[in-house]
Amino acid sequence: MADTGPIAALDQVVVDWPSRAPLGPLDLTVAPGEIVALVGASGAGKSTTLRLLAGLEQASSGRVIRAAAPGRTGFVFQSPTLMPWADALSNVALPLELSGAPKAEARARATEALTAVGLGQRLTARPAQLSGGMAMRVSLARALVTRPDLLLLDEPFAALDSVTRRRLIEDLHALWAVAAPRPAIVFVTHDVEEAVYLAQRVVVLDAASGRPVADLTTPGAAPRPDHWRADPAYRQTVEAVADALAASMATSAQGAS
Amino acid sequence: MKRLLDIAPPVALTLILLLVWEAACRLLHLPVYFLPPPSDVAVALVQAGPRLATSALVTFRMALTALLVAGIIGTGLALAVSLHRAAERAVRPLAVVLQVTPIVAIAPLVLIWFGIDHAERAVVALAAAVAFFPIFSGVLTGLRSADPDLERLFDLYAAHPLQRLWRLRLPSALPFALEGLRVAAGQAVIGAVVAEFVSGSGATQGLAWRLLEAGNRLRTAEMLAGLVCLAVLGLLLNAAVAGIARIITRTRPR
Repeated sequence: MADTGPIAALDQVVVDWPSRAPLGPLDLTVAPGEIVALVGASGAGKSTTLRLLAGLEQASSGRVIRAAAPGRTGFVFQSPTLMPWADALSNVALPLELSGAPKAEARARATEALTAVGLGQRLTARPAQLSGGMAMRVSLARALVTRPDLLLLDEPFAALDSVTRRRLIEDLHALWAVAAPRPAIVFVTHDVEEAVYLAQRVVVLDAASGRPVADLTTPGAAPRPDHWRADPAYRQTVEAVADALAASMATSAQGAS
Repeated sequence: MKRLLDIAPPVALTLILLLVWEAACRLLHLPVYFLPPPSDVAVALVQAGPRLATSALVTFRMALTALLVAGIIGTGLALAVSLHRAAERAVRPLAVVLQVTPIVAIAPLVLIWFGIDHAERAVVALAAAVAFFPIFSGVLTGLRSADPDLERLFDLYAAHPLQRLWRLRLPSALPFALEGLRVAAGQAVIGAVVAEFVSGSGATQGLAWRLLEAGNRLRTAEMLAGLVCLAVLGLLLNAAVAGIARIITRTRPR
């Protein structure tokens, strides 16, 4: 992997749908180690963009660049998406075992990853025995266990209560900060404050076409301290993103009428 | 204590029904060939006990063999078909045809094909034919029931098809397959009894033959005793499948 090139990029990518207007053309560049938030209206194609970056969705035209090493892309879905019949440890070890790592090594690294997300005591718990927040942490550990170059998060915190969500975001920030090398993170959210707090760049997608219509850099170095949420610069950026988001929906509403 | 409370209502209801039955038979002076009282059935059960037990064993063996055959063919075919959408589309209608065709109607055919020298083989074939569909359908539905996001996760890590089958689709299919097996167990007993009725020659000495025999001699109490045996047999098979289900669930791959 070249240090200067993007870890993932979309170049004039269009996705045709059988029964909807096509998505795109999309242009997006993600540099190694940066945190990018994707915000947009429901149905704006946020999840599809994420799946394109993961290689889980095929582009109808255009170019998708995926520079992460094989097996070194992590994905966290909207729900924890754990295998209900397997315990936390087996769930987290799965990506390593699928790529042929010896069982003992996979288990050791899975234990490490679960400890890193604060679940070192719950290795043998089944998903049904875990709270929503803990299950999401297991899901995060599974995405991190391969030491990914690129971490993709599809509204992973949407279903959690605000306290749990904030704690998870801060933990994610901390994990990202100590990782060497730091993974690039692209995460989808409809929570503007969450986007600004976590990301270095916030990309607003057009409600109709899914095209990026605004790309705002957030001030201050990540990871941010908790009290940064009270900073005027933070508030200004939140307002700017909210305005861009409203504009992206307004144009599509005009287009629809 | 709680267990006792759980089984108290059904036991009480059964006892009440038996008492009403007994009383009705005695008060209305019903002829025993029409409806014998439960006490007569109990006597018949004891008297014909050894013969009934031998026959029950025959029926049980045939139903179990049929279940095994249906399980192997049903699971194997579902696995093969699950690999290809087109194969599934090709096979499903045929499987449904097999399911909706009344077993009594195909019994004479199967008797000709399998049963001329081996009546028991024909019974097993028919019972397997009716037990096949629930298993096939259960396994196939189960194989398709895996969480789509988990399927994507396996895509993401470029899982080998066998890894996907073993670590994702089979465990996802298990509850469906076991439910199919449970239904199939009941169907296998029905199939075995119907097949034996149709063959009706005494070449197989299962419970259905005992029922026919007792019926021809108007030994109604013995017929009812045979029915009791069949019910017990069904319950035993059901419990056996439930036991198998528990063992498999505990040892499924993680």
